Amino acid sequence: MAPLIETRNLKKYFPTASGLLHAVDGVNLSIGRGKTLGVVGESGCGKSTLGRLVVCLLEATGGEVLYDGKNILNYGEEQMLQMRRHIQMIFQDPYASLNPRMTVSEIIAEPIQVCRTIQGRDAIMDKVYELMDTVGLADRFVNTYPHELDGGRRQRIGIARALALDPEFIVCDEPVSALDVSIQAQVLNLLMDLQEERGLAYMFITHNLSVVAHISNEIAVMYLGQCVERAPTDELFANPLHPYTKALLAAIPIPNLSRRHMEREVIRGEVASPINPKPGCRFAVRCPQARPECMGQELPLRETSPGHYVACTLY
Amino acid sequence: MTTKLLEIKNLYVEYVTDDARVFAVNGVDLDINEGETLGLVGETGAGKTTTALSILKLLPERVGRVTRGSISLEGKDLTRYTEADMRNIRGEIISMIFQDPMTSLNPVLTVGYQIAEVLKIHKDEKENRQVDERVDEILKLVGIPPERKHDYPHQFSGGMKQRIVIAIALACEPKLLLADEPTTALDVTIQAQVLSMMNELKRKLRTAMILITHDLGVVAETCDRVAIMYAGEVIEAGTVEQIFDPEAPHHPYTVGLFGAIPDLTKKTRRLNPIDGLMPDPTHLPEGCRFHTRCPRCMEICRTQRPALREENGHRLYCHLFAGGER
Ligand SMILES: Nc1ncnc2c1ncn2[C@@H]1O[C@H](COP(=O)(O)OP(=O)(O)O)[C@@H](O)[C@H]1O
Ligand SMILES: Nc1ncnc2c1ncn2[C@@H]1O[C@H](COP(=O)(O)OP(=O)(O)O)[C@@H](O)[C@H]1O
Ligand code: SF4
Ligand SMILES: [Mg+2]
Ligand SMILES: [Mg+2]
Repeated sequence: MAPLIETRNLKKYFPTASGLLHAVDGVNLSIGRGKTLGVVGESGCGKSTLGRLVVCLLEATGGEVLYDGKNILNYGEEQMLQMRRHIQMIFQDPYASLNPRMTVSEIIAEPIQVCRTIQGRDAIMDKVYELMDTVGLADRFVNTYPHELDGGRRQRIGIARALALDPEFIVCDEPVSALDVSIQAQVLNLLMDLQEERGLAYMFITHNLSVVAHISNEIAVMYLGQCVERAPTDELFANPLHPYTKALLAAIPIPNLSRRHMEREVIRGEVASPINPKPGCRFAVRCPQARPECMGQELPLRETSPGHYVACTLY
Repeated sequence: MTTKLLEIKNLYVEYVTDDARVFAVNGVDLDINEGETLGLVGETGAGKTTTALSILKLLPERVGRVTRGSISLEGKDLTRYTEADMRNIRGEIISMIFQDPMTSLNPVLTVGYQIAEVLKIHKDEKENRQVDERVDEILKLVGIPPERKHDYPHQFSGGMKQRIVIAIALACEPKLLLADEPTTALDVTIQAQVLSMMNELKRKLRTAMILITHDLGVVAETCDRVAIMYAGEVIEAGTVEQIFDPEAPHHPYTVGLFGAIPDLTKKTRRLNPIDGLMPDPTHLPEGCRFHTRCPRCMEICRTQRPALREENGHRLYCHLFAGGER
């Protein structure tokens, strides 16, 4: 079956004073209907840029985004408006992404009014109440403003708005990163329930590996704008290949005492600049296993076992 | 026998603003031994930062005040200290670092200058060459090349800035470091670098540390003892072994915290979140502060504060394990 969403050699370069910043640099991914692809990596590796490219909030420098097999990057305005109904996004900071002057009901109703999927005030309000119920927001909040609510409820408003047009695919950009763990768990459960009920597909962006492992069917690991490894979740955790993936997994603090007295392998150095990167593995400067052949040529993702892809000269 | 370095007894702290009275800390008991690391765990608003600020008398002036209790450092009650007395304590005996390193760094001074300044104030090191050598040593200790002492804070990454802040905090070899979410804003691989460096320094300098965090993973890897806070109270405390022992009795909130984090080593479809929200600190519930969210709440929990039950230093405040008024 064809994937719902696919990116091909997707690129976004930002011009800066000191050169071209390669925020997303040739990313190939695909997400099936009803599935979740987790995208992990450290800050600045291009996760949010990738998410915004996929929902067409940013114009790509190159490459394609296919929705149901059709490249949506060259859609005209009318086609784009239609397509937007199916593809939505939720953000890390629900507060920054919600208009502070609008009430909860106005925020949730807005996409419905813009796309005119439902007509008439009463019918729209029925839908608003239904959505609030779906995401677990009590009716009494209908006329409140986002700043009057806590972070967890604000994120529920963001989710309700994203669901307003009955999309098939939602990019979730760090949706629980700003929330305390007890509230984070409530929102994660909600997202998973919605997926099951509605067959939603998610691109789930986060820097939190425990969260991504919990929610994803497949995981893509990014480093400096590139996807360095991609595999089904269980496979990635059981058999990580790329040295960066290994470093990332080793760095997660585990909430039990099993690793307490182990000397941990701590990866040295920091992420290099994404401006005018040289060809070759971008992790090489920090990689304990780097060799001369890691530099000088671009390293494509290669399939090492069914569904497991890695970009590294060791494999 | 280990000696108590710091002992907090029955501490109450309030913030009084024009429109509200916030009960931020409500009867906290904590103690820490020399060279030990105590994890102070809890969600936003639990009162962790307030507790740490009270120790150093850094509560916002006029708004925040300690209303009851004592904080004794090696037997001397800090709550009775004047501002002048406290200046000799801060930086020299107790240091504090914050989540945002720029809280402690001056953007217009080089990092070398800032470390030297601390040394001159506290250690009376007047000899310039000596100070210079110490600055180099301290930077090396936290893994920053000494050549970089002439650089300004903005020339460093977030992880390096936090190392520099730690360098400054440890410059005078304090006995106690209060670290308020020092790695929360850092990426995991950088967090791992900073934590492993802190662990090493602690061993080398025998510094005791109160590590404030909401991350139970960080606690498991770095702390000797743990205190879990909820709504301004410590609801459970013990050694890491006691707190992380799934067989031991635990406070329902502790159980809830562990249930809410996805566990990489287990495959569960649903998490077990704690229902509801943190109570409003201006109107705390009667009885057990957690009763409004507790899945095991009993009649007595609504009206009576649970008494302490202690076994081998494992402290629990919950009616499930003890009866009567506290
Ligand atoms: N509008 C922009 N202009 C210039 N650079 C940008 C812009 N947006 C993002 N970047 C840069 O692109 C890179 C990737 O950023 P981002 O996608 O936000 O990463 P992440 O979400 O993984 O933290 C970073 O180096 C960031 O500074
Ligand atoms: N300056 C202040 N004025 C009024 N209330 C405050 C102030 N600082 C903190 N609080 C309140 O005190 C409570 C405890 O806060 P804090 O100690 O910062 O908790 P934590 O560090 O555990 O997140 C919270 O309800 C917080 O809103
Ligand atoms: S005292 Fe009662 S309400 Fe409080 S945690 Fe224990 S069982 Fe729950
Ligand atoms: Mg981002
Ligand atoms: Mg705090």
